[in-house]
Amino acid sequence: MSFPWAAHYAPKNPFMRWMDEKLPLPRLVYNAVGAGYPVPRNLNYFWNFGVLAGAALGIQIITGVILAMHYAANGTVAFDSVEHIMRDVNSGWLLRYAHANGASFFFIVVYMHIFRGLYYGSYKAPREMVWLLGVVIFLLMMATAFMGYVLPWGQMSFWGAQVITGFFSAIPIVGEPIRMWLLGGFAPDNDALNRFFSLHYLLPFVIAAVIVLHIWALHLPGSNNPTGVAVQGPEDTVPFHPYYTAKDGFGLGVFLICFSLMVFFAPNALGHPDNYIPANPLSTPAHIVPEWYFLPFYAILKSFTANFLGVPAKLWGVMAMFGAILLLFFLPWIDRSPIRSGNYRPVYKKLFWVLVADVLLLGYLGQAEVTPTVVLLSQLCAGYYFAHFLILIPLIAKFETPLPLPNSISESVLHGEAAEAAPYGTATA
Amino acid sequence: MLRFFAPWIAPLVGALFVCSLLWAVVMSPHAPAIHLASEEFHLQPKAIHYSFEGPLGRYDNQQLQRGFQVYKEVCSACHSMRLVAFRDLEQIGFNKPEVKALAKGWATETPSLNPDTGEAATRKSLPSDYLPGPYPNEIAARAGNNNALPPDMSLLAKAREGGPAYIASLVTGYADVPADLKKKFPDFNVPPGLHYNPYFANLNIAMPPPLTSDGQVTYADGTKATRMQMATDVSAFLMWAAEPKLENRKRTGIAVVGYLVIATLLAFAAYRNIWHGKKH
Ligand code: HEC
Ligand code: HEM
Repeated sequence: MSFPWAAHYAPKNPFMRWMDEKLPLPRLVYNAVGAGYPVPRNLNYFWNFGVLAGAALGIQIITGVILAMHYAANGTVAFDSVEHIMRDVNSGWLLRYAHANGASFFFIVVYMHIFRGLYYGSYKAPREMVWLLGVVIFLLMMATAFMGYVLPWGQMSFWGAQVITGFFSAIPIVGEPIRMWLLGGFAPDNDALNRFFSLHYLLPFVIAAVIVLHIWALHLPGSNNPTGVAVQGPEDTVPFHPYYTAKDGFGLGVFLICFSLMVFFAPNALGHPDNYIPANPLSTPAHIVPEWYFLPFYAILKSFTANFLGVPAKLWGVMAMFGAILLLFFLPWIDRSPIRSGNYRPVYKKLFWVLVADVLLLGYLGQAEVTPTVVLLSQLCAGYYFAHFLILIPLIAKFETPLPLPNSISESVLHGEAAEAAPYGTATA
Repeated sequence: MLRFFAPWIAPLVGALFVCSLLWAVVMSPHAPAIHLASEEFHLQPKAIHYSFEGPLGRYDNQQLQRGFQVYKEVCSACHSMRLVAFRDLEQIGFNKPEVKALAKGWATETPSLNPDTGEAATRKSLPSDYLPGPYPNEIAARAGNNNALPPDMSLLAKAREGGPAYIASLVTGYADVPADLKKKFPDFNVPPGLHYNPYFANLNIAMPPPLTSDGQVTYADGTKATRMQMATDVSAFLMWAAEPKLENRKRTGIAVVGYLVIATLLAFAAYRNIWHGKKH
């Protein structure tokens, strides 16, 4: 693991020495996020988002565990138990608003993290496994957030569950039985609510476990960097601590400020008013929309409006929606270009920004009222999404002429200045 | 074999999805969009300013008490407020004896059991009771309102787009059907038992105008009870009912954000200090 010039853990304090012999946990921390982990010296702020995602998970688990002490997963009382948290539990409003907005911020930072990976080619060899585990985390997050949103048992909770589990009924023959098996009934009810709560409590800890694997897999090759050029020597790296602990500390502060502004001053801005109406199976809301972080995929789902090749439109939509995420699993092998960083790939760089605009537009279209223009735009944007990953990326990997790469990270940072050529971050520095 | 085919899999799958979408574009019905009266004549809520807006906003207890009076004397005839207890009213400035008297004199009593026979009965409310609604159940509520259901008011201000401003606009927004609308949409009509109101999404609402004249309630603090004043006061009160912890939240927020800004500046200084002289 890690580079030969990584600092070695050598505790001076007798207690820490004793600890190191009996249970080398401090050694693990030292090697994972301490001075024993050499990191490229040129990481920019986009490399903050992994740590921030971990912080967001921490916030969700802490607030969630306390919420669960006051929440009751039963259709007759779930809505009122959430209001009990809001009104009677000490600082319950804070826990609940932090948890609800925490989910949104979790997705914001994870989306930044994913797009960082796309731009800088972090999914490419030798980090394929890191990427694969990341996509697994993303899927688990989506499942967790979906089931969490059902728990307050408001109108959007209920109808969201109805719509999303309804995707399964698009599968021919076995679809409807699968849907009923998942829900434990014909429609979402106590059985569904209870199992969703059980899974909503479980999955975050599964996510935490996959994060451990994700970081483990990352630490074999080490972090990618904005040039995409591999680390070659000690002059290319700095030890994680104190360099990146300091930078991540600053990033965490900015994150918490943004998060607090939402929690304390606009806690319902990202929510839907209908979820303050208790679930009512007999009254369908005028517009059923999922949480904002699902909107691009929701827009893709809705854009398949015609039967094609004997496959019904609804099934196309469901396949496309899942396909839009699952294709990320294959990305390391779809993109055959050996150049990682978008900085040195003129064509890829442009298409990357088109993709960002495309996904943002899909997000907007996902919540817009369905008009012919909205449908047409969704179809074009969904088409671009698939074309980008499945057609354009393999094509440009073949035909693009990359810009000249720097010889090394330190060369790109120092621009030939000799002043700082002395190695940094070595065991002795 | 696989080596030869593998590079074609992704483009083929991509082409399949793209073709399906192109086919959907070709097949999409080009019927002109149906134009609805509710799209053209629906109004956005009026611009109303409340004391609790903004990061430093606070409730105005005088206003909340007036609003409570409107709720008690007008809206509570049809709308329940099941998540608010009488004792909660102490938070908006009523004292304990006042709350006790309010509970005791409430128009409907709290459901209970006859201690001797076990039969359903009612009793006078206590400060710890939640406000009893006007109807024993949904069927009774619908029966009393032309089959429409007056929604519970505890969370109403958070359960509608536009919040309190929407509520105030709605209850003062009743009007005659504009001549314009009749001309453009001859099929539009107001079914019996419904009332035209351009602030309501589909323009016809089952609630009869609740605030019909100025001076409908007599405010104890001498404020002139115009219809707009009553509407603004009751909507402010409904915001409090939906978000009683708002002041506490904003106050905490100022302290938390202040603390975080200082901590973040220090973290930034530490970061610059540690990286000082190191090109990156
Ligand atoms: C005579 C009974 C009655 C009274 C009194 C009454 N309402 Fe209503 N209200 C209703 C009914 C019935 C509905 C349901 C309307 C519908 O769904 O069309 C309703 C619905 C509402 C709505 C929800 C509209 C929506 O967007 O769904 C609001 C807001 C409202 N009332 C406010 C008030 C206020 C404020 C008062 C007191 C000033 C009041 N009401 C007094 C019967 C009443
Ligand atoms: C991956 C991390 C998590 C995500 C993304 C997440 C997401 C969500 C979301 C979106 C809601 C609905 C919020 C609302 O509208 O009120 C919710 C509610 C809830 N969550 Fe989580 N959650 C996570 C972790 C946890 C954990 C670890 C627990 C408990 C151990 C938990 C317990 C609860 C409870 C009890 C509710 C219902 C109360 C409420 O609605 O506020 N969550 N969650």
